[in-house]
Amino acid sequence: MDLVLNILLGVAVAATPLVFASIGELITERSGVLNLGVEGMMVMGAIAAFAATLASGSYVVGIVAGAAAGAAMGALFGLLTLSLMSNQVATGLALTLFGLGLSALIGQQFAGASLPQFPRVNIPVLTAIPFIGPLIFGQDALVYLSIALVLGVGWFLTKTRAGLILRATGENHDAAHAIGYPVIGIRYLAVTFGGACAGLGGAYLSLVQTPLWVERMTAGRGWIALALVVFASWKPLRVLGGAYLFGGITILQLHSQALGLKIDAQILSMLPYLATIVVLVVISRDATRMKLNAPSCLGKVFYATS
Amino acid sequence: MFKLVPRKEPLNAMLYATPFIALLLTIVAGFALFSALGKDPAQAMYLIFIKPLTSYNSLAELLVKGAPLILIATGLAIGFRAGVWNIGAEGQFTIGAITGGSVALAFYPDGGFWLLPLMALAGALGGMAWAAIPALLRTRFNASEILVSLMLVYVATLLLSLLVHGPLRDPEGFNFPESRLFQDSALLPNLLDGTRANVGFLVALVAVGAAYIYIERLIFGFQVKVMGQAPRAARYAGFSERRIVWSSFMISGGLAGMAGLFEAAGPVGQLVPSLPVGYGFTAIIVAFLGRLHPVGILFAGMLMALTYIGGETAQIEMSLPSATTSVFQGMLLFFLLGADVLVNFRLARAGKPLVATKPAAQSPALEPAE
Repeated sequence: MDLVLNILLGVAVAATPLVFASIGELITERSGVLNLGVEGMMVMGAIAAFAATLASGSYVVGIVAGAAAGAAMGALFGLLTLSLMSNQVATGLALTLFGLGLSALIGQQFAGASLPQFPRVNIPVLTAIPFIGPLIFGQDALVYLSIALVLGVGWFLTKTRAGLILRATGENHDAAHAIGYPVIGIRYLAVTFGGACAGLGGAYLSLVQTPLWVERMTAGRGWIALALVVFASWKPLRVLGGAYLFGGITILQLHSQALGLKIDAQILSMLPYLATIVVLVVISRDATRMKLNAPSCLGKVFYATS
Repeated sequence: MFKLVPRKEPLNAMLYATPFIALLLTIVAGFALFSALGKDPAQAMYLIFIKPLTSYNSLAELLVKGAPLILIATGLAIGFRAGVWNIGAEGQFTIGAITGGSVALAFYPDGGFWLLPLMALAGALGGMAWAAIPALLRTRFNASEILVSLMLVYVATLLLSLLVHGPLRDPEGFNFPESRLFQDSALLPNLLDGTRANVGFLVALVAVGAAYIYIERLIFGFQVKVMGQAPRAARYAGFSERRIVWSSFMISGGLAGMAGLFEAAGPVGQLVPSLPVGYGFTAIIVAFLGRLHPVGILFAGMLMALTYIGGETAQIEMSLPSATTSVFQGMLLFFLLGADVLVNFRLARAGKPLVATKPAAQSPALEPAE
């Protein structure tokens, strides 16, 4: 029973950074911008959150710093792709390379430092319920924040006017512009929000998952988050499902020894990446459905001619 | 303030100017960066950009680092021209090193003049096989080649680690996760005496020449260009997208695989888990900086090699963090992508338009169609 509980708690810890990063990228993509720099924004969030927490002694300050660093990276991406109309694929790659480099540069002085265990929520009576208590009432605060964020984004996209405008911008930027919506402004907000979410995901890595700083500690999670958006067919709730599925695969690898599986560590570490490929293939197989689900203007450069 | 005004037609001279603008801006930003780190910026710039050019040995090192970058970037550029994004060259590089290196180890300790060509072939085939996965999944299942090729980088790195911990481990190596040192006939001959520069650079030059002919002189290169710039026109003209995706991946995968083998059989001399050092990613920057053109890539590759070697020197002499080089390279690509706006747009002083715009309703017939 304890093992099962530990595994289930671990799934949430493994899934949450993916939830943050994917939901941010989902908003970015729904506005019509493809930001491949999630990995770079995440890793910057990770180092900023770690450094700020270490300096201030406050997790709140750290989390805000992580989100701010991600948002700054997102805004930088916006500056290049929206104002200077650069190629989104190439700029996203540049953002990742730059983020990995800059975070390593900043992080050098923090090698070896570590933070105390991130506190879990403890509600009297409720958390003490056997099994269900720790699962539902005993996660850390960021897990709840990530789930609330997904629900909030789902509500925003489908139930609010602003969400409708955001989707319209992503589906047909020329039409949105013709009606008078500020396409570029909307997209700036979307990429900055996406960056902040990726930064939160990174913050979760360096504050909660492994409370220390390791160079390149995102280890491809930003890319997996990108795949999750495709997996979710650009629908918020499915992001949650996808992220927890991936969390499960990651945790499987950690607990495989306890479960008595005798597989090389390297093969187990390959699992999340291989699973991503399999998922992509299964989801993308139907080209027509992909076209219907993906925002029509995804990755296209917008320039207002009048 | 300034605003961007579209040019009537793209200013192609700008395509050649923007890499230099970007380099200049990177140096300016580098001054700021080093000052922020509390280091002497002038000395850092001297160490990075000038010092490596002043000694025979470091000039030779330029060839060592430049060869894989040029080889990989030349292949990637062909795909990038067609809008086919192979960003997993790092993985193909790793697999090429594994397959090519395994050939050497399989014949150990025998060898002869035939061994190196066989290894190069195996390396290229390994890279191609690894690149075939994203190509197949893209053409057959419509899966994003960007994500698939990138995921395979992690898988390839883990595979290398798995192999050098197991089947390819040196039997006399005290359980270190490394392969044997390759036999002499499996090592690339040196190009310049007393240095590490090897014939890999010559192969890179050949690849540049071949790619030039391929892109500029063959109909297929033209098809690639059209596919990238006007995909619909390409489809109407009957160019096969499938064929273009496949050949882009085969060329870039093969060259990256060969580069990986050259790294294993050249400066490293064995298979180690730390073999992939990021050439596959830096080559993306090289490809763009070189304007996706083989000759441009030749220069861009040498420049990028310069920042590697200069970065190492600066690291040792000024105790700068090793990541400084990648920050530099990232900034360079940023500035380049940003400056490229000047190809299609020009800067103008923002102000009132010279002619007052008429309300559209009055002259609908004269309004240009969107």
